[in-house]
Amino acid sequence: MIQIEYILIISAIMMFAGIYGFLTRRSTLAILLSIELMLNSADINFAVFNRMLFPTGSEGYVFALFTIAIAAAESAVAIAIMINLYRLYKKISVGELNKMKW
Amino acid sequence: MEYTLFILLLPFLSFLFLGICGKWLSHKVAGWVGTLSLGAVAVLSYITAFTYFTADRVDGVFPTITAFNTTWLPLGDLHFDMGILLDPISVMMLIVISTVSLMVHIYSFGYMHGERGFQRYYAFLSLFTMSMLGLVVATNIFQMYLFWELVGVSSYLLIGFYYTTPAAIAASKKAFIVTRFADMFFLIGILIYGYYCKSFGFEFNEAGFAEGAFMLPTALVLMFIGGAGKSAMFPLHIWLPDAMEGPTPVSALIHAATMVVAGVYQIARLFPLWIQYAPDSLSIVVWVGAFTAFYAAAVACAQSDIKRVLAFSTISQIAFMMVALGVCLPGHESVIDAHGSLGYMASMFHLFTHAMFKACLFLGAGCIIHAVHSNEMSAMGGLRKYMPITHVTFLISCLAIAGIPFFSGFSSKDEIITACFEYSPVVGWWMTAVAAMTAFYMFRLYYGIFWGTENKELHAHHTPHEAPLSMTLPLIVLCIITVGVGIYTTLGGFLGWGGSFGSFVTANGEDYTIHFNTQIAITSTVIALISIALATYIYKGEKQPVADRLYNAFPRLHRWAYKRFYMDEVYQFITHRIIFAHISKPIAWFDRHVVDGFFDFLAWGTNALGFQIRGLQSGSVQRYAYVFFIGVLLLILTILIF
Amino acid sequence: MNSQNIMFVILATFIVLSSLATVLTKSIIRAATYLLFVLLGTAGLYFLMGYTFLGAVQIMVYAGGIIVLYVFSILLTSGSQEKLSKNSIVKVLGSAALSLVGFAVFLFMLFKQNLFARVAALGAPTEPAGAGTQNSIHEIGNALLSSANGGYLLPFEAVSVLLLACIVAGLLIARKY
Repeated sequence: MIQIEYILIISAIMMFAGIYGFLTRRSTLAILLSIELMLNSADINFAVFNRMLFPTGSEGYVFALFTIAIAAAESAVAIAIMINLYRLYKKISVGELNKMKW
Repeated sequence: MEYTLFILLLPFLSFLFLGICGKWLSHKVAGWVGTLSLGAVAVLSYITAFTYFTADRVDGVFPTITAFNTTWLPLGDLHFDMGILLDPISVMMLIVISTVSLMVHIYSFGYMHGERGFQRYYAFLSLFTMSMLGLVVATNIFQMYLFWELVGVSSYLLIGFYYTTPAAIAASKKAFIVTRFADMFFLIGILIYGYYCKSFGFEFNEAGFAEGAFMLPTALVLMFIGGAGKSAMFPLHIWLPDAMEGPTPVSALIHAATMVVAGVYQIARLFPLWIQYAPDSLSIVVWVGAFTAFYAAAVACAQSDIKRVLAFSTISQIAFMMVALGVCLPGHESVIDAHGSLGYMASMFHLFTHAMFKACLFLGAGCIIHAVHSNEMSAMGGLRKYMPITHVTFLISCLAIAGIPFFSGFSSKDEIITACFEYSPVVGWWMTAVAAMTAFYMFRLYYGIFWGTENKELHAHHTPHEAPLSMTLPLIVLCIITVGVGIYTTLGGFLGWGGSFGSFVTANGEDYTIHFNTQIAITSTVIALISIALATYIYKGEKQPVADRLYNAFPRLHRWAYKRFYMDEVYQFITHRIIFAHISKPIAWFDRHVVDGFFDFLAWGTNALGFQIRGLQSGSVQRYAYVFFIGVLLLILTILIF
Repeated sequence: MNSQNIMFVILATFIVLSSLATVLTKSIIRAATYLLFVLLGTAGLYFLMGYTFLGAVQIMVYAGGIIVLYVFSILLTSGSQEKLSKNSIVKVLGSAALSLVGFAVFLFMLFKQNLFARVAALGAPTEPAGAGTQNSIHEIGNALLSSANGGYLLPFEAVSVLLLACIVAGLLIARKY
């Protein structure tokens, strides 16, 4: 039997792995990958809550769909920014992209 | 009589116009704008005076008319009003101010010809005239104070007119600071008056006065200190001699005829209060005035700068007016009958005549300075050949100030001395002596300028010449007034005619016919003549053996008098050595180190903190995320715990 | 131990290991590949829950679209040469500690509060995912474009506008100047 906790633990591991990646990665693209990881764990939670807590509803289901769409849009824009940055600075390492500080 | 409002508005508009647009006007246009507006003011003043004095009296008294009044600031029981008050002295002052000011405006055409800042000069003259007129027609003490300060400002601006010369800057600052210092007491006096008597008005407010009357002497004496500062009474006189750094017509207008008598006018204005509630304090006015008169006359005997001589003579003459106000018999309101107010009438009369002949003297001095380009008597001598008109008018004015019959000064000064004798013989003889000194130093001045040794060396280089008509015309006009008033009042005084000055201006507004006390009149005339003769004997000749011998006999006395008895040095010592060194410096230290230090510390602390925490804004996304996640965790933990 | 449980254990292990590998690997291109595995595993999880359409979308959009986009951009920018290491030990330890503490807090909440005590476990995969649920494509399409109660027309349109904006923005930002 698959308890809801098991799936939540999986998504939590995915989430904190994403956080760890976000905090340690240097390449901005790798950071984006970590963000995808976190978004995905949120998707799982949407789906699993819908499936196990409110089996008759469809909110979590639909919002998981929307989240996927938004994640796709966000990645597209982010990648466009990365490419542009790369064109301007020839690097996308997060430690060196600090023009906007102060 | 609403048109009196234009008396104030016209010069103000002219000031605004000249001040704002003066840059684009030619000298001629600017001068004409100022002079014409002033001419209109003079005409309006004459009309006002004529209407006022020919109107019917109420119960034998000239009525006090409030031609215009508006409440400016209501403050509970009190209210600050602005308005125009017409009574005998304010109408008399309107005439004096507008006449002298008009003469000075005309005179300045010639005197200031081609000066830089000609338009500015006329703008300031207009401002001054407006303020002075506003002062005299004030309906209440607060409006008076307002215009009083405006007068001070215009005086400051005009003394410092030649703002490129350090002496003028120093003089303007000195004048401003000394008079401001005195005005502080004036303001305190006004506040005490307003607080205890529940009124700023000049009129009796019995309900309020009854409970506040015990503070009135204090308030009035404080106000007198303010007036003493403006009128250059000892020991606040030090600014006036230095104020001669301004253009000479300005000295004539402000520092001889009008502004410096504001103190006298103030006391005259508050006179009903003085006599009713503070008769004993009037003796302060007497003694300050008497001492100042003597002191200034003594200094004037030794000065070599002709404008300084005139300045000290002005101080001395104003002191005469002060004394005259003070010697009105102490008593109660009932005592202000026509005879008891002889001093009051004499003071105002002397104010009037003095304004005319002293303006004439100053304007004459201006002509002379214009001709020889120096203020020093050593550069002059023998000028009577070159400048006949100036010579004659100067002589007439000197005779007037010396108190020779048939010149206006005689009539007014004689009244003052009579009043002094009625008060106390000591004061009477004292003032007679000062009058003798006046005659002496004025004729010393006269002979020094127009007779004596001609400074050939200087004159060969640049021959003195008579001033243009624009400058001599005011002299002649003022002289005609002096002589006309003199002849009429002298004859009237001896023969007992009505209709002279006393018919119009008295303490209680009732008609008062001047009668000379023959004994006093003859005594003072004889003394004046003796003084003149003495001056003639000493100073008229080409060589001056007597003067040299006197100088050698009393070198120290001469030196002390020349240095004005070291009053400036005393001030310098008190202010710099005592006040600055022992009070101001510690305060400045406290201000700089403690007060400033505190705020500097705040600024520095904020700055340093900013430097410390700006590292957080590193631009490093990951660090932000780190902080963010920690924050989220802490929030969750907080919620879990509570 | 039925086949569903076996499948779940396999998927769970796969997802957890791939997630960790995504953030721990040194090569960025490998990280992208591990992410692909995670996403595929997630899709498997959806299938296991009976959400077949969601799993299909997950595979098509994420695995098919986004990961390809990432791989392309990685190749375009840094290339596979760029290493992801060279972090200070403090940073690594700090991040690891933060993540572990967060995870511990999560576990604490999950078991201490006992929120889901009365929730039934996931049943057999053969049984339908609840009567009247909208998990057929037909019903989902109806729900997404319905403005009636329980319809999602407004968020659907909002997302479509967002996507349009992102298309324009992506073009605008990435174009050559």
